[in-house]
Amino acid sequence: MTVIRTEELTRSFARKGTRRHPLARPEQLTAVDGLTLTVEAGESVGYIGANGAGKSTTIKMLVGILIPTSGTVRTCGLEPVRRRRTLAGRVGVVFGQRSALWWDLPLRDSFELLTAIHRIPAAEASARTADLVERLEMGPTLGTPVRQLSLGQRMRGEVAAALLHRPELVILDEPTIGLDVLSKQRLREFLIEQRLEHGTTLLLTTHDMGDVARLCSRVVLVDHGEMAYDGTLDGLAAQVGAERVLVVDLAEPHPDLAGLPGSRHLGSEGEGLRQRLAFDATATTAAALLAQVSARVAVVDLAIEEPDVEDVVRRVYLAQQRDG
Amino acid sequence: MASAPDPAGPRPAAWAAYRAVLGSRVRARASYRIPFITDSLGAGLVGIVEFVETFLVFSATGAIGGFDVHAILLVFALAEIGFCLGDLAFGHLDSLPEYLRAGTLDIFYLRPQPLLAQLVTSDISLRRLARAAVGVVILGVALWTNAIMWTIPRAAMLVLALVCSPLIYAALFVCAAGVQFFTVNAPEMPNAFTYGGRYAAVTPASVWPGPLRIFFGFVAPVAFTGYLPALVILDLPGVGVLAQPLAWGLPLAVVSVWGIALLLWRTGVRHYQGGGG
Repeated sequence: MTVIRTEELTRSFARKGTRRHPLARPEQLTAVDGLTLTVEAGESVGYIGANGAGKSTTIKMLVGILIPTSGTVRTCGLEPVRRRRTLAGRVGVVFGQRSALWWDLPLRDSFELLTAIHRIPAAEASARTADLVERLEMGPTLGTPVRQLSLGQRMRGEVAAALLHRPELVILDEPTIGLDVLSKQRLREFLIEQRLEHGTTLLLTTHDMGDVARLCSRVVLVDHGEMAYDGTLDGLAAQVGAERVLVVDLAEPHPDLAGLPGSRHLGSEGEGLRQRLAFDATATTAAALLAQVSARVAVVDLAIEEPDVEDVVRRVYLAQQRDG
Repeated sequence: MASAPDPAGPRPAAWAAYRAVLGSRVRARASYRIPFITDSLGAGLVGIVEFVETFLVFSATGAIGGFDVHAILLVFALAEIGFCLGDLAFGHLDSLPEYLRAGTLDIFYLRPQPLLAQLVTSDISLRRLARAAVGVVILGVALWTNAIMWTIPRAAMLVLALVCSPLIYAALFVCAAGVQFFTVNAPEMPNAFTYGGRYAAVTPASVWPGPLRIFFGFVAPVAFTGYLPALVILDLPGVGVLAQPLAWGLPLAVVSVWGIALLLWRTGVRHYQGGGG
C-alpha cells in the first residue's frame, strides 16, 4: 500500500516586498519544485536538506495545511486539503518547534484532551496512554505543567501526543533538535520499537545524520525544492564519500599524524595535542585507525564527528557539478 | 453505524472534544483565583466607565430623536449584554494574528475538527461575565424606569434581542478573524468591526450620520442589537431607514451576518493555505 504519493508537486510563495505597485504580481519563490515521491507502507524515510530546502513546505502539503501550486499529492490515499479531518485521524505529526501540548496544563491533561479530540474509546485510550508513558519514561513528569518540562521531557510528550491515536503515518519534523545525547538515544530506540511492533510508516526531517543512520532505511535529499538524491544511506555515502572525522587528544604533543593508511590528516591544535583525522568509513574502521594512532602515541580522549546534513548537501552539489 | 461491537467501548461523541477543551480552559482560569477576581473586577469597572461615559454625554444633551435618558439606558443595556456575551465566547479570535505569526495555527490543522470550531472553543474569557453583569443591572434599571406598556410582541422582542445580539457580535468577531488572515501586520484594523460596532450600538441611531445608519443597519448590523429592539419595546417610530418594523428582521440579520462571517473566514483560510503561508 502506498502511504505517500506526490507527482510533480510544486509550491511557490509570493516574496514579501517585491510588489512594485498594488496590482503587480510579486516575485515568486519556489519552495518545492516538481517533487515526485512515493513512500510505501512500513518504510522509514529520512527527508533531509539544508535550511530552506523545502522540507517543511512539503510536510505542510502532505497534511493539508498548504495547497500545492501545481502537481498532485495523496497521503494515505486521500487528497490532504479536501480530506484534512479524516487524514488528521490517520497521520501523527510532530513539529519540533511548535507544541501540540497545552502549556499551562499537566502533561496528563494534554493526553486526556487529545484522547477526546481523536474520539478514542476510554479503555483503548487508557491502555495506549499507559503504554506510551511507560516506554517514554514519562511517569514522573505526568503531573508537571508542560511549560516546566525540559526540552527532552517535552519532546517525548510531543511524540506520545502524535502517536496516541495510532496513526499509520508518523511525520517528525526535527524531533531531536536541541536534545542531549541520552534523550536522542531514548527517542530513537522508542521509534525503532514502534516501527517493529506496529509497522508504522515514518517520515523524518532532521539535521542530524545520526537520526538518519539509526532510523531510516531510505534517504531522500532535497536541495532548493528539488530532489537531489533518493536511495539508501550507504548509496549516498558512496556518492559523496563517507568521510567521518576522528578527533584524538594525545598525552603529549606529537608531530602531525599524516600518512596513516586509510586516513587523511586535517589539522592539529595545541602543538599537536589534538589532531583531526578524516577517514573513509567504507575503507577502514574507527577502531583500526585508533589502533594505528595508539601504536605511535598514547591517546587520552577521542571523539568521532559525523558529517552533518549541510555538509552532505554541499558535497552532493559539488559531485553533481563535477559530473555535469 | 459500526458493524461489530468494539471491545474497547463506544467511540466518544464529537462534541465531547469541545467540552473537554473548554472545560480545561475554565479550570485553568479558575485555578488562578486572584488574577481571575482582579480581571473580573477590572472588566466590570470598564463596563461601568463605558456606561457613565455614554450616560453623561446623553443626559447633558437631553432627549434625542424621541430618546430620553431612560430610553438610552435600554439601548445601552441590550447592546452591551449582547457584546459581552459574544465577546465571552468569540472574543479570543482576535488573538489569531499571534497564532499566525508564531505558526501555531498549524497545530489546529492536525486535529480532526473544523478549524473555526477548534479556535472558538480553545479559550473563553470568563471575566467578561462581570461586564455582562453590569449590563444586566442597567437593563433592570431601564425596564423599571421606562413606562413600558407590556404586550406579547414587546416581551418577545426583548427575549429575541437578548438571544440574537450575542450571535450578531459573535459573527462580527468571526468576520474580523477572517480579515485578519490578510492583515497580520495590522491586527487592530479588523477591530473596527467589533469594538467599533459596539461603540456605535450603545448609542441611539438617531445620532449616527446617514451613511453609518446604512452600514450599521445592513452591513455590520449592530443597529439590531440595541436601537431597533428598543424601538419596539418602547413603541418609538425610529429614524429614516431604521424604522420600528425593521426590528422584526432581527433573525434575518443574524442569518445574513453569519453568512458573511463564514464567507470571510473561508476566504481567509484559503488565503493562508494558498497564498500567504
